[in-house]
Amino acid sequence: MAADAVFRIAGLKKSFGPNQVLSGVGLELRSGEVAVLMGANGAGKSTLVKVMSGVHAPDGGAMMLGGRVFSPKSPAEAIRAGVVTVHQNINDGVVAALDVATNLTLDRLSGKGAAALFNPRRVQREARAVAERMGLDVDLKASIADLSLADRQMVAIARAMAHEPKVLILDEPTSSLSSAEANRLFSLIERLKEHGVAILYISHRMSDIRRLADRIVSLRDGAIAGTFEARPLDYEGAVNAMLGRTVQHGTVEARAAGETVFTADRLAIAEGVLPISLTLGAGELVAVTGLVGVGKTALAETLFGLRAPRAGTMTLDGKAYAPQSPRDAIEAGVFLVAKDRAENGIVGDFNVYENMSLPFLRRISAFGVSRRGAERALARGQIKDLGIVCRSEKDELATLSGGNQQKVMVARWLAQPARLMMLDEPFQGVDIAARRDIAAKLRAEAAGRATLIFVTELDEALETADRILVMSEHTIVGEHRNGAIDMDRLLAEVAGQKRRAA
Amino acid sequence: MSPRELAVRYGFLVLFAALVIYFALAAPGFVSPQSAVFVFQSVAITGVLALGVTATLVVGGFDLSIGSVATSSMMAAAYAMVVLDQGVFVAVAACLAIGIIVGLINGFLIVYMRVPDLLATLGMMFLLVGLQRIPTEGRSIAAGMTMPDGSVAPGKFSEAFLTLGRHRFDFFTPNLVPVSVVVLIVLAVLIWFFLEYTRFGRMMYAVGSNERAAELAGAPVKAYKIWAYVISGIFASIGGILLAARLGRGDIASGNNLLLDAVAAALIGFAVLGASKPNAFGTAIGALFVGVLLQGLTMMNAPYYTQDFVKGAVLVVALVFTFALSAKAKR
Repeated sequence: MAADAVFRIAGLKKSFGPNQVLSGVGLELRSGEVAVLMGANGAGKSTLVKVMSGVHAPDGGAMMLGGRVFSPKSPAEAIRAGVVTVHQNINDGVVAALDVATNLTLDRLSGKGAAALFNPRRVQREARAVAERMGLDVDLKASIADLSLADRQMVAIARAMAHEPKVLILDEPTSSLSSAEANRLFSLIERLKEHGVAILYISHRMSDIRRLADRIVSLRDGAIAGTFEARPLDYEGAVNAMLGRTVQHGTVEARAAGETVFTADRLAIAEGVLPISLTLGAGELVAVTGLVGVGKTALAETLFGLRAPRAGTMTLDGKAYAPQSPRDAIEAGVFLVAKDRAENGIVGDFNVYENMSLPFLRRISAFGVSRRGAERALARGQIKDLGIVCRSEKDELATLSGGNQQKVMVARWLAQPARLMMLDEPFQGVDIAARRDIAAKLRAEAAGRATLIFVTELDEALETADRILVMSEHTIVGEHRNGAIDMDRLLAEVAGQKRRAA
Repeated sequence: MSPRELAVRYGFLVLFAALVIYFALAAPGFVSPQSAVFVFQSVAITGVLALGVTATLVVGGFDLSIGSVATSSMMAAAYAMVVLDQGVFVAVAACLAIGIIVGLINGFLIVYMRVPDLLATLGMMFLLVGLQRIPTEGRSIAAGMTMPDGSVAPGKFSEAFLTLGRHRFDFFTPNLVPVSVVVLIVLAVLIWFFLEYTRFGRMMYAVGSNERAAELAGAPVKAYKIWAYVISGIFASIGGILLAARLGRGDIASGNNLLLDAVAAALIGFAVLGASKPNAFGTAIGALFVGVLLQGLTMMNAPYYTQDFVKGAVLVVALVFTFALSAKAKR
């Protein structure tokens, strides 16, 4: 019954300050069809969702809902018009302190014309009606706080469905669900399709996408990079369109690895996943790539002592290596530039040199007293080395651009010699010039240590690494030497086709 | 530097200077060594407590139990000397032990039991307020008091202990500077150096500003947090020793204002030099600011019952400096 578009977007534009996030997006959603929206971090997915759900007003372009202009001024207005969004954070969709029945009817309790007095019996009656329509099998009297994440998600969706929407937007609904829980969600989605709802499903999980998609739309840099609806669906093409490939092969001259620095043997980084074995040599720069949520950060955190492996062993320089904390890892010479610098890296109250000296303050202190002269000299050296643009080493970090902030984060860990240097999404929110600088610095100083970077964008891996490992479902599924890459095979591996490289 | 930045950075110090000049002109006798010492003495105990609570503010926490730690220490010192007939050494050791133990318990509750800092220390505050009354069944402790069983307490405050409260060092004029003021100044310099110049202090600031980043940089975050509460507890118990030495008895009703005054001083300290964060120098200035203001007003015959109002007003103004005017607040 996929026929006319219920919802149509054309030329949608949105900027935040000088940042153009959406540069003319066109999209159609059809009744009874699941359209999957794919896009890397920063591609503009969340902004698109927020414009559609009335959180942000677009700067240009038009949205049509059922043939009429749709320009919601608030989320409430979008919902009334029939465009309902279930956000990624499940707890945004439910009120934990209340029971299921109240949650299911919450919007009627607070809407215009709602009775001032609360009638528990009516709430129960209405909630039961909603639950029956949705095939929701949850105790209506249970408190949300006692439910599993999956049940909460179901309640959030059922609550959204109580509005009888024409368009339902699901933003990464399975990101915190197990596969069994996800299956329940999928049957619910099937049921919604039968009801003729147009669904926009946002996800990184290839298994979800294979299961649900009637159509795949790839978003890249704020524009639609490809739409795929011919059967069978071209999953690799969609991944390729989303990740893009703008660099030429062979821009990096792949170097051979020196002596073995780090090995992992049958390392399982989560419950019930295939183990990982890998060897890293001195002087080589290895990139681990894969979609969001395939376990790249989990692998980095396991190597850095932040989480314990479920099984398997690691060695560093031939000796057993089992860090219990980041401190152990750092002392052994394993460093991690964590992703999301604002959250995990920057100390907001500290200036540039204080941020740089953070992990190695002990080594530049004398009898517990920090030697500011030495600290500042070290920072000045790093600023010059990495070309950090700032007035002096005493600048506040917040006055620096994103790229320069990231350089400070990298400089923090380059100050001391490492055995294994890891960088998790080091190019996130970094302009192209800073990205080149950081990559060049990493390659220039790679000698004598193993370097491991975790990146989602394929370009970043191709631009910097000697060797590329592909992750999918919390394990490594492929290995490529840069310069001689079979791109089709690599994309197939990213897209979740299991073909373990020999 | 823009005028706004100048105002934020030096505004509070200028205000402080203006206040001193105004009182010097308006209140005869305000500028004298005796008056200055009186100001210091009036803020000595709250100042010590405020310096301690600054350490917990630095790691992003808060300690509401400091006032009750101080009064519990006071009661413990009195109990040790009057009821148990012990000497000065045992009395002081008992006080410090209380500070350390309460600090460890606070740290344990907050770090390992995940109780929010305000609630954990609020709980400890109530617990201690009650606990300090149990040994004497709610009575104050003084030499020669009658015990619940009818006997008379055997001991008295040792002379050495009372010296802590009564001795005055010669400074320009004989018998000028009391011990409590010296203790305040020494502790202020110590904690200032500790927080600003040692690795330990720097890491505590890192923990308070971005705990996750500090952890990923290899810092034992939990240990730093617990240490902060132990420091706070020790400072509070030193405040309690000074209080007991000054009063010469274990007075159940004293020390009501300690917590609020100390917290106010530490928060006023945020505004000094536009720091916008807890800092020892600011805390000391904050305590002195309140002391000068109250001393000046008293000398100008302002009634005592206006004091809390004045303190509150100063605090509100200082908080506006910190949160609304500073550049950091806008980010």
